[in-house]
Amino acid sequence: MTIIDRSSTGTDVTLAGVGTPAYDREQRVGFFTDTSVCIGCKACEVACKEWNDVPADGLEFLGRSYDNTGRLSADTWRHVAFVEQPVATPETQAVSGMRWLMSSDVCKHCTSAACLEVCPTGALFRTEFETVVVQQDICNGCGYCVSACPFGVIDQRKGDGRVWKCTLCYDRLRGGQTPACAQACPTQSIQFGPLEQLRERAATRVDALHQQGVADARLYGEDPADGVGGFGAFFLLLDRPEVYGLPPDPVSTTRDLPGMWRMAGAAALGMLGLAAGSLLEGGRRA
Amino acid sequence: MPRAERRMVPDVTPMSYYGQPVLKAPTWKWPIAGYLFTGGLAAGTSLVGASARIRRDRRLASAASAATLCALGASSAFLIEDLGRPSRFHHMLRVVKVTSPMSVGTWIFSLFSALAGASAAAEVGERAGVPERVARPAAAVAQVGSALVAPALATYTAVLVSDTAVPAWHDARRQLPWLFAGSATASGGAMGVVLSAALAPCGGGAFAAGPRRMAVAGALVEVGADEAMHRRLRSINTGDVAKPSVDSAYATGQPRRLARAARACTVGGAAAVALAGRRDRPRTRLIAGAGALSVLSGAALQRFAIFHAGRASAADPVYTVGPQRLRLVPPAGQP
Ligand code: SF4
Repeated sequence: MTIIDRSSTGTDVTLAGVGTPAYDREQRVGFFTDTSVCIGCKACEVACKEWNDVPADGLEFLGRSYDNTGRLSADTWRHVAFVEQPVATPETQAVSGMRWLMSSDVCKHCTSAACLEVCPTGALFRTEFETVVVQQDICNGCGYCVSACPFGVIDQRKGDGRVWKCTLCYDRLRGGQTPACAQACPTQSIQFGPLEQLRERAATRVDALHQQGVADARLYGEDPADGVGGFGAFFLLLDRPEVYGLPPDPVSTTRDLPGMWRMAGAAALGMLGLAAGSLLEGGRRA
Repeated sequence: MPRAERRMVPDVTPMSYYGQPVLKAPTWKWPIAGYLFTGGLAAGTSLVGASARIRRDRRLASAASAATLCALGASSAFLIEDLGRPSRFHHMLRVVKVTSPMSVGTWIFSLFSALAGASAAAEVGERAGVPERVARPAAAVAQVGSALVAPALATYTAVLVSDTAVPAWHDARRQLPWLFAGSATASGGAMGVVLSAALAPCGGGAFAAGPRRMAVAGALVEVGADEAMHRRLRSINTGDVAKPSVDSAYATGQPRRLARAARACTVGGAAAVALAGRRDRPRTRLIAGAGALSVLSGAALQRFAIFHAGRASAADPVYTVGPQRLRLVPPAGQP
């Protein structure tokens, strides 16, 4: 077992969580959320709130299956979605029952994280684990990251003014521990570990599901070639991403930034020319 | 492939989870839309001021300098007011980040403000007894310097709003810089006309010829870029029947009303500015001044239209999910 830290008492801290591989500092870690085994118990939501001291987000009755949390927000860093779908018999197309899709959503900790790139204060930063975290003593609540995130994850906290989101339990990672949600998940729907290993495990899992006849099983966000360079927290879904409220082809907005700067530069020169042409033309006083 | 041969059966997979938006609503409130206008106005007005300074029209140069400072004051107030933690506004100054248009913009805004402020300070200094041979060149150099930074101040805001996941902003990224540049140019020219009218120069001939030309040319660019933007947004399909393209964000409610009013004010105002004031008479001055105010309102309304269309496009998952879905599975290639 890899020694990942030394505790204050001098004993070596190792990682011994069930099904959780060891990891080192300087290694990219993340989540693999396998929604095919999610039972919708919301232990992750509760554990996250408890550990991170996230304030209550109100008592809402949304009437959406068993989901009264609704969405990720400044005060919800894990959100379990409940989708109820009618199931039809393939031959007759007649509705023969219902199925439940449950999925625990979280910040994707994007490789190319738009929130971090647009942050003007440097409050959002990339940690040694390659996760994306807000430094609360720096954030001044400009809100740019909120509009930049292609998943609608990060948000401003009412009455506080700063933005908040999942930190992938940065404090626990530094202490060599598993993030609270993954630790609490009773079905290993939320798996934590070095990203490389998680990707391998996910590929095996999706193959197994296909062999069992679950043709709809697909990975979402595991591909480093996608619009955000791959997620640090990716998913196995049983339907199209939009069904779970996830964008099907997210692209980090900053991918187009060089072109935008070039166009703005051209427009700026055009403006200077236009103004000079109209103001300085002719010898008389304006 | 002809339209008729495309996908026949509409995609019935829901666009989102219980119809909820995919994106978060921008936290930016109306002061940001206000800033988009006042920032452009400050930039445009400083160009008028600098040219007046070069042409030794000191009255217009000082008036433009004062107007620039007022627009800057409003801009700072809007920007700071909109922060979640206004007392931490100076945290913007702890880094320089080219990947953040807001960081780049902070530095452009600071540089511009410093130059515009220095120019005004030199003028005040002259009145307070600083020798003319020091104060005048200082005011002129700072004012021309601020005018050289002005186009950056006017156009970075287009990058600021385009560099987001908000469909109506991001998808307009190639047109918005021109729209903002045109709108700021029109605002500056219009402000020049208003100031000239207020200063009432009596000299016969054409009234405020330069600012009038600038206002009209800016308005033309603004309207042209606006048309180009809508054409671009119309070309981004959502696959939805009721809201067929991203441009549908402008089709109803507040964005539609604002966009229409903006167009009417800009076109009407620019026409008045172009036609009136060819001879310097009190009545034509008045008409040109009214036209200029209309151009200014048009520029402000235009920014609010863009602001609200962006909000509308973020609030409806159709604009986020629709184009992404069509990108993954183009209609023609549908199995
Ligand atoms: S999902 Fe959103 S908040 Fe999380 S890292 Fe990506 S851009 Fe940032």
